[in-house]
Amino acid sequence: MLDEDKIRHVAKLARIALTDAEVKKFTPQLSGVLEYMEILNEVDTKNVPETSQVTGLRDVFGDDEVVKGQASREELLECSELPVDSKQVRVMAAIKQ
Amino acid sequence: MAELNKLTIREAHEGLKSKKFSSLDLTKACFDEIKKRDGDIHAYITLDEEGATESAKEVDSRIAKGEDIPMLAGIPAAIKDLINTRGVKTTCCSPFLKDFVPPYDATVIERLKENGLVMLGKTNLDEFACGASTEHSCFGVTKNPHDLERVAGGSSGGSAAATAADMCFYALGTDTGGSIRQPAALCGTYGMKVTYGRVSRSGVTAMASSWDTIGHFAKNTDDIASVLQVIAGRDVKDSTTPDIVVPDYSKFLNQDIKGLKIGLPKEYFGEGIEKETADTVKAAVAKLEKAGAQVVEVSLPSTKYAIAVYYITMPAELSANLERFDGVRYGKKPETNPDNLVDYYFDAREAGFGDEIKRRIMIGTYVLSAGYYDAYYKKAQRVRTVIIQDFAKAFEKVDVLIAPVSPFPAFKIGELVDNPLAMYMADALTIPASAAGLPSLACPAGMSKGGLPIGLQIIAPQFEEGLTLKVASALERLK
Repeated sequence: MLDEDKIRHVAKLARIALTDAEVKKFTPQLSGVLEYMEILNEVDTKNVPETSQVTGLRDVFGDDEVVKGQASREELLECSELPVDSKQVRVMAAIKQ
Repeated sequence: MAELNKLTIREAHEGLKSKKFSSLDLTKACFDEIKKRDGDIHAYITLDEEGATESAKEVDSRIAKGEDIPMLAGIPAAIKDLINTRGVKTTCCSPFLKDFVPPYDATVIERLKENGLVMLGKTNLDEFACGASTEHSCFGVTKNPHDLERVAGGSSGGSAAATAADMCFYALGTDTGGSIRQPAALCGTYGMKVTYGRVSRSGVTAMASSWDTIGHFAKNTDDIASVLQVIAGRDVKDSTTPDIVVPDYSKFLNQDIKGLKIGLPKEYFGEGIEKETADTVKAAVAKLEKAGAQVVEVSLPSTKYAIAVYYITMPAELSANLERFDGVRYGKKPETNPDNLVDYYFDAREAGFGDEIKRRIMIGTYVLSAGYYDAYYKKAQRVRTVIIQDFAKAFEKVDVLIAPVSPFPAFKIGELVDNPLAMYMADALTIPASAAGLPSLACPAGMSKGGLPIGLQIIAPQFEEGLTLKVASALERLK
């Protein structure tokens, strides 16, 4: 079900560069894992809702007030090694002009 | 008097208050032990002797002034290196964050600091908490204090080993599918996995957001209760922490368990579980029965599906969470000179991830991709509901469930590292409670003939951490 081409495609989607050796190593490993997942087809889940949150909380609101951040802007900027310009981090353009 | 680093939190607290010794003495005793043993065990990846000494002196001066100090004040602790600590490197044991120094504290650290935290250092884990053996750390493996050829478990292997080897009094960890309970069991210490949302996740690197919990290791139930008391509760910075009262956990200790109904889920004692492990856990349960508890067998028929549910939904959430490690938001900019953003991402991520992370990101990306989303991801979320319903039915009949934590004691280093599916089975008995967001306390149950610890877990309904403590405390008294 998972062949080397698919592994390469998925890796590309995830922005992970794989070497040929890695593709060879991961293909059987990941196929094995996904084949194992087929076990879920034994369970009848017709009319069973999906769970993405286990404690039943929904629509959690906070008070509409400004609170002080835990770190200053300067401290946050220091975490990046990218060039800083007007208190912002300069990144590569996403769209070429 | 016993060596200072071997005291319980309460004993250390009493000693501090009566000025038998100082927090600095406790801190030094821990660092002495670390220097003696951690070269072999490798529980810590960063030590902060200077910071710890300063914090200890601060608490000592408060005591000298006659101030009343809280239970955890001046008690040296270890922190899993997934939890942000202001000014102290927090690496997640990934090459990506090898030099990352967070500019703020996680909420749990803030709360511990308000209570006089003395942080000895940061402990080893599987990269981004992905693993069950701490072998997937870019800093190398943590060894089991009981047998240096074996793993300490994972992903919180460093915190478990540091606690078990008396290189700290307690340690923080995280548990997504078993990452506190399994290493606690393999190292022979106590490990608390809380209800999802009981402890704030703010400031802790996310793995699988609908599963992640923050908890801790300690040397007895009383100490587990003391730490839980401080870290539990609502936090506005984590909207999944509900406004549910945090009870006085010490009240659950030393209680009579007469009439308490304990369920033994038969699926946790059957196929794939080593007989010695199952027998040891049953022997411990027999003691509770003798003390007046009622023990009944129950069934959680969907147990066998939990690993598949976990290894679909967790990588899905993980792959989304790790998107931010792209050389822009987190991580280093690539040394190559790419001329477009996509290549920039490839090059930045290339340097960052180990094998297990790559595997999980790819599984996650695959199960979320068009055409597979319904078949894998949605299906897994539905089966997760079935697992939750199983537990709900069981808790109609019993107060708590008791089961083994790991199907087998600590395995040899390297034994499972290239067999991901076999490694995933190490979490077979811890994942179901995580799927349902239930609290589960891992406790030592006994030793194998080979001299390795065997652990049991006490699982309770959501937000009933107190019940797990009540049972664990009874078990402790019966030893």
